[in-house]
Amino acid sequence: MSIEVRNAWKHFGSYTALAGVDLKVASGRLTALLGPSGSGKTTLLRIIAGLEFADRTEDPESGRVYFDGEDVSAVPAGRRGVGFVFQHYALFKHMTVFDNIAFGLTVRARGERPTKPQIAARVNELLQLIQLDGLGARLPDQLSGGQRQRVALARALAVQPKVLLLDEPFGALDAQVRKDLRRWLRSLHEKLHVTTVFVTHDQEEALELADEVVVMNQARIEQVGPPQAVYDRPASPFVIEFLGNVNRLESGLDRLRASERDVLYVRPHDVDIQRDYTGQHALAARVLHVFSAGNYGRVTLERIDTGETIEAEISRSRLRQLELVGGDKVHVVFNHIRLFPKGEFYETDVSTPAPDNPDHYAI
Amino acid sequence: MAGSASTLTHVARPHSRRGLEDPRWLKYTLLGIAFGFVLLFLVVPLTAVFVEALRKGLGLYFTALTEADAVAAIRLTLLAASISVPLNLVFGVAAAWAIAKFEFPGKSVLITLIDLPFAVSPVIAGLVYVLLFGAQGWWGPWLMEHDIRIIFAVPGIVLATVFVTFPFVARELIPLMQAQGKDEELAALTLGAGGWRTFWKVTLPNVKWALFYGVILCNARAMGEFGAVSVVSGHIRGETNTIPLHVEILYNEYQTQAAFAVASLLTLLALVTIVLKSLIEWRHRKSVEAAATATTRQFAS
Repeated sequence: MSIEVRNAWKHFGSYTALAGVDLKVASGRLTALLGPSGSGKTTLLRIIAGLEFADRTEDPESGRVYFDGEDVSAVPAGRRGVGFVFQHYALFKHMTVFDNIAFGLTVRARGERPTKPQIAARVNELLQLIQLDGLGARLPDQLSGGQRQRVALARALAVQPKVLLLDEPFGALDAQVRKDLRRWLRSLHEKLHVTTVFVTHDQEEALELADEVVVMNQARIEQVGPPQAVYDRPASPFVIEFLGNVNRLESGLDRLRASERDVLYVRPHDVDIQRDYTGQHALAARVLHVFSAGNYGRVTLERIDTGETIEAEISRSRLRQLELVGGDKVHVVFNHIRLFPKGEFYETDVSTPAPDNPDHYAI
Repeated sequence: MAGSASTLTHVARPHSRRGLEDPRWLKYTLLGIAFGFVLLFLVVPLTAVFVEALRKGLGLYFTALTEADAVAAIRLTLLAASISVPLNLVFGVAAAWAIAKFEFPGKSVLITLIDLPFAVSPVIAGLVYVLLFGAQGWWGPWLMEHDIRIIFAVPGIVLATVFVTFPFVARELIPLMQAQGKDEELAALTLGAGGWRTFWKVTLPNVKWALFYGVILCNARAMGEFGAVSVVSGHIRGETNTIPLHVEILYNEYQTQAAFAVASLLTLLALVTIVLKSLIEWRHRKSVEAAATATTRQFAS
């Protein structure tokens, strides 16, 4: 089921949670709403679910929610066919795991309610799906965080929702459980193909798990696209800074074919270090710190002309070959850069000058 | 290096321990004061009640309790409690539900108003009802015309009792319900449950211990209330006397043993309340802890 939200605005007192957000989610996809806390992503998710309602504005279309082109703005949450998984699971504490999962079926009106054996069969099927068969009689308190999360998911799936919404699904779990559950959720999605939207502030999670990433910042959507596209072609300084480590250089850029009005971004793995460089597009720098772990080495450098810090990630063999020691004077060369104009207001569709030689855009 | 470091910790340990612990004499003096106080002001008077009540033997003890006026007083107290406790139960749950789960203007005013009976002297509470419903009161003449008696009658006693016990249930529920947040209710909502069903299946089971606790405190106060009831009662023997008022009358008439016998009923009620209260507090603490670990972020995104 495709989802569309049109021009959604939402204020909580003087705080703006959403400032005119338009969102389209294709049917059957796994979409991530990615952003820092306070960016409005949970509010957007709750508006889709019908747990929150967008502000009324002069625009009659404003804040409307469409499922498969049908306006569901006035449909209460319980009838939208939405499964919602809360950040802290919100399991019913006094009910067993079995009763939690069965809840959505047992509260149905008499005519629509499945029989008891049917409900039991459905719950057991779900318990198997979440790999918790045999634990139906436990109380939520007696489960680990990861198990609770899966019960919350099963409870949401029991009513066969057309849309599955997850609020920070892995936020409260430790790193290892998080990774396992992430993989499990991906395989579950491959199996069920329910249109799924999840909220996260973890860029790695969004990039690894989602088919489509919606990057949000300060109540607005910054960029929408497949993970690779969002990572490789960030539309704004916010996106490039939010998705992974990046060096930001603001001055002395004339040597780099950029003007003083630009801000330059370069990922650490796009920085190369040379002992003797004869080309013109290089910056002189001093080595501050060298650290190597696994397959790559991390070098912290200081630009000699402006004092700006640059992080570089180079292969271990390259590091060995260079024999860098703190204090060494070297040249840094950038393989791939992004330029954005300076100023508070960024345009989201700024295109960077195409490099003449993308593989070695020496500066 | 390592050797000198370990010597250092060995030397430092006794010092730090002495620095962190209170001296013995202080500990025992404080304990002595606390126990002495409890003994003098609680245990001795409580024992005195039962000693005095049973001074002339079990026979007279039960005579004092089964005498017609005493029975009428017990009956009236039970009636007042059986009306005011359910009323405050319903009101308390409704108010706590509204305050914890919804945002509305005047919320803080409502919370303050709920606390009002705690702040107002019970005598004033009684006088307010006399002022409203008494013969010289605002609605007195109209009530007289229609032959409705409130003051110096059972309705007045019930009203005064409802007023003074007003905050007990709501006060117990509000903090717990606020701590639990509304995620479970919202989850029930997305699963298709209606408001009524959500209340019975999700909200109520989550607060049942706090509710029980509030009801017990409310009941103890309803049965033991003296000041407010005294003002509106009129002290008509066998008609508008509650247990506390009956005790006072007996005492004033120098029927000390009978007064203590009836008073022992209230004391027993207090003891039962305390036992139930600590039992419930134990369960209640567990549910609060569970709620605290699952604290919810409200507007977080």
